[in-house]
Amino acid sequence: MRTLQGTTSLIDPETIDYLYDEETNGFDEPVKQPEPQKNPGQILSAGFIGVGVLSLIVYLFNDQTTGSWMGILLSFGLLTIGGIAYHWFSYKNTIPGIKHDGIMFSGSLHRGAIAWALGILFTGFYVVLYWWPEYLDRAIRLVDPLAMAMAGQPANQWFLYGFLYTLAILIFGVRMFMKYRHNRYHQIRTASVMFFQLVLAFIIPQFLRALNEPEFYFTYFWPLKYDVLFPGTVDYLVTSPGALGTFMVFWTMAGSFIAAPVLTYFYGKRWYCSWVCGCGGLAETLGDPWRHLTPKTTLSWKVERVIIYSVLVLIILTTGVLWISNTAESGFLSEIAEPLKQWYGFYIGAVFAGVIGVGFYPLLGNRVWCRFGCPMAAVLGIIQRFFSRFRITTNGDQCMSCGNCTTYCEMGIDVRAYAERGENIVRSSCVGCGICAAVCPSGVLKLENGATHQDRYPGSDKPLGAFTTALKGAKVYGDKEGYV
Amino acid sequence: MHVAIIGNGVTGVTAATRIRQLQPDWKISIISGESKYHYSRPALMYIFMGHMTYQATKPFEDRFWDDQRLDLIRDWVTEIDVENKQLKLSRTGVMDYDKLLIATGAKSNKFGWPGQDLDGVLGLYSLMDLRKLYEYTPGTKQAVIVGGGLIGIELAEMLHSCHIPVTFLIREVSYWDNILPKEESKMLNVLIKEQGLGLITETNLKEVVDDGTGKVCGIITEFDERIDCQLVGLTPGVSPNIDLIKSTAIETGRGVLVDRSFRTGIPDIYAAGDCAELIYPDGGRNMIQQVWYTGKKQGAFAGEIMAGEEKEYDAGIWYNSAKFFDLEYQTYGMVLNTIQPGEKHLFWEHCNHKHAVRIVYTDEGVSAFNFMGLRAKHRVCERWIAEKQPVTYVLDHLEEANFDPEFFKHHEPDIVRSLKEQLV
Repeated sequence: MRTLQGTTSLIDPETIDYLYDEETNGFDEPVKQPEPQKNPGQILSAGFIGVGVLSLIVYLFNDQTTGSWMGILLSFGLLTIGGIAYHWFSYKNTIPGIKHDGIMFSGSLHRGAIAWALGILFTGFYVVLYWWPEYLDRAIRLVDPLAMAMAGQPANQWFLYGFLYTLAILIFGVRMFMKYRHNRYHQIRTASVMFFQLVLAFIIPQFLRALNEPEFYFTYFWPLKYDVLFPGTVDYLVTSPGALGTFMVFWTMAGSFIAAPVLTYFYGKRWYCSWVCGCGGLAETLGDPWRHLTPKTTLSWKVERVIIYSVLVLIILTTGVLWISNTAESGFLSEIAEPLKQWYGFYIGAVFAGVIGVGFYPLLGNRVWCRFGCPMAAVLGIIQRFFSRFRITTNGDQCMSCGNCTTYCEMGIDVRAYAERGENIVRSSCVGCGICAAVCPSGVLKLENGATHQDRYPGSDKPLGAFTTALKGAKVYGDKEGYV
Repeated sequence: MHVAIIGNGVTGVTAATRIRQLQPDWKISIISGESKYHYSRPALMYIFMGHMTYQATKPFEDRFWDDQRLDLIRDWVTEIDVENKQLKLSRTGVMDYDKLLIATGAKSNKFGWPGQDLDGVLGLYSLMDLRKLYEYTPGTKQAVIVGGGLIGIELAEMLHSCHIPVTFLIREVSYWDNILPKEESKMLNVLIKEQGLGLITETNLKEVVDDGTGKVCGIITEFDERIDCQLVGLTPGVSPNIDLIKSTAIETGRGVLVDRSFRTGIPDIYAAGDCAELIYPDGGRNMIQQVWYTGKKQGAFAGEIMAGEEKEYDAGIWYNSAKFFDLEYQTYGMVLNTIQPGEKHLFWEHCNHKHAVRIVYTDEGVSAFNFMGLRAKHRVCERWIAEKQPVTYVLDHLEEANFDPEFFKHHEPDIVRSLKEQLV
């Protein structure tokens, strides 16, 4: 071995000259060599998608459009086949592992022009769907044969929406399967959301319509599906459809008040948010490419807490006021009950959950609604935070602070802040998607259901005490502020 | 009291935060010419590959430094005036200090090869290196990485993401077999082949060839074979970055010489992290530790000692982890590349070459583990090693150390069956 090269100046002049402004300029995409080989499967499936889009456009611009199986096949059918095949071929010949190359340089995935265009397209779709469904008329007619076959009735905008929603979860579910084919956790939870969406939130509700029963979604519970426990809905379900309707009310109550606390105690809120829920299902499939866009700052966490608990209070109030004004002579309350219900339905149910929640995927990440708005997530989160066996454990001192976990957390949790201190991650917002553990290059994180809730953090053996401390606004476990 | 810290890497920053916790009133300055804020060095590769933005590699939000009253100074220290307790900075003049921590880290080894300073030759340690990589990547049709190791494979992964073909040139028989036992090393060879990278073994670099304009156009091996390339990565390890210190009264060896409390021979001057060389007065070999974890740990000790605590560094049981492309590696205790006298090794490898376990033990009990493609609990392995558990105990309880994600196949039944057969 030869000796190290000596220099006359104390440190290298080239080093002393170095003054790159990494804060302002950052680091862009490096110049790349062309891809060594084209992927013929990908090109072919892109062709399918192209033809599908074209025929869809033709149908939408043709005022003669009527529903036909051929039409469905040529438009949505080709889109589905092309979409699934595209994801299949994208990953098929790659070595299984984390596939995040180039995400931060991508115009569609990192708030570039394409992302803005997609954001406008998504929000636009929701605005039209909620308030100007007549513009979707041709698309609705197009899927009529399917609606007739499934529900025995012509399609409406909600049938079209459910159909597209389910297709998105299936197509991008296949993408998740391929992307994480080295990781059974992600495959199984993806299969779960695909199943719940397809069967419980699409096929069964349409089948119920065919039987002249209420179109009921067994995957949604109060307070996320807020109106299901409003007095009007309950009265209707119990009186009109009879036994099945009563069962639906019972199912909702059982889900909200028994399954939610019990399952969350044992498994954390993930049992619902990333295994069952349709909103979570779409976020974990269609939304996965944008998961890193959720803000990670302490400020965003503060905003999150203010908004999500406000929505929770609001829906409890609304439901309560409706019941009181329904059962008793309540004067003032009766006057505000209906406006409150309308207000919540419009601003929270439609604008927040739909337009912003999904429309902003390409700009604010895939869990905008789940993180900032969903009252169900708020309730499950409180249970998870104070009275659950679920935690993400840190593997001793192996964390090297790279920040992949924080970057890819769709709920905006600064996972690294806990991992680098060797602490468990116990946060109310965590939906247990498990991506932090998958992207960690040193294998530091693990989602676990412990044998007890008591050993997760100092004070976790007294859930009520920890809860009241937190309510008082005192420093509690997990607060990043005050950390040195 | 004013503490000046040279270097904003994990050692300097950990020391600063420990001092702040213990001494709320001291003035603390952290000087770095590399970056305004502390970032995670192991994440360099993720910036280049587009997995993370630079902003995301910073473990602390920017407001943290003001909140903690840690003064960040973007400058290079060009001279340490030990007599007058002053630092000379290249842009902002002179800074007085009462206590000084040298945490200048390491720099990539260069062994005096002809052409080693040409345009197109680089190591991978700092943001300066990253900038160079950006500069050199355009027009690079072929790259050669000399030296292998952990950083070599990271650099290969980065170039690979730009579709640049990479060939490794290593002195060893098999990849990283100066550190890894041959079975684990062989797994890396398989992986390198699977990724489509070239691997030339048992070959030294003779020189880097100049294209006539000061740029690299190829390398020549010791066997006078020439490989055309436009980029050369030099990754034969790192050594303490002590250029600044060499001309001062502070004693240096391979690194800045310090005692077990990170004190140099000069009062109030300390050194820790990659740049420090710990003296073992009882005749043991001096210790230089140059991984993330030791940098962090040494920084914490140094900070506490500078803040007034009396303690000596306890290196504890060695551990490390890394990821070679998609293959994760964790090690606990000291696994050397050959079986040491008195040692016995048990080794299991899955037939797909993606998972392996090595257990090292002596008559006294278990002493070390290697895990490839399997995650194991740090605390459990550490405890078994500290307690010198018999190897049979470890095999019977191996499942307790499993840290793989839920629903992953548990290989323990296979592992234990196979290793017990080896025991007989």
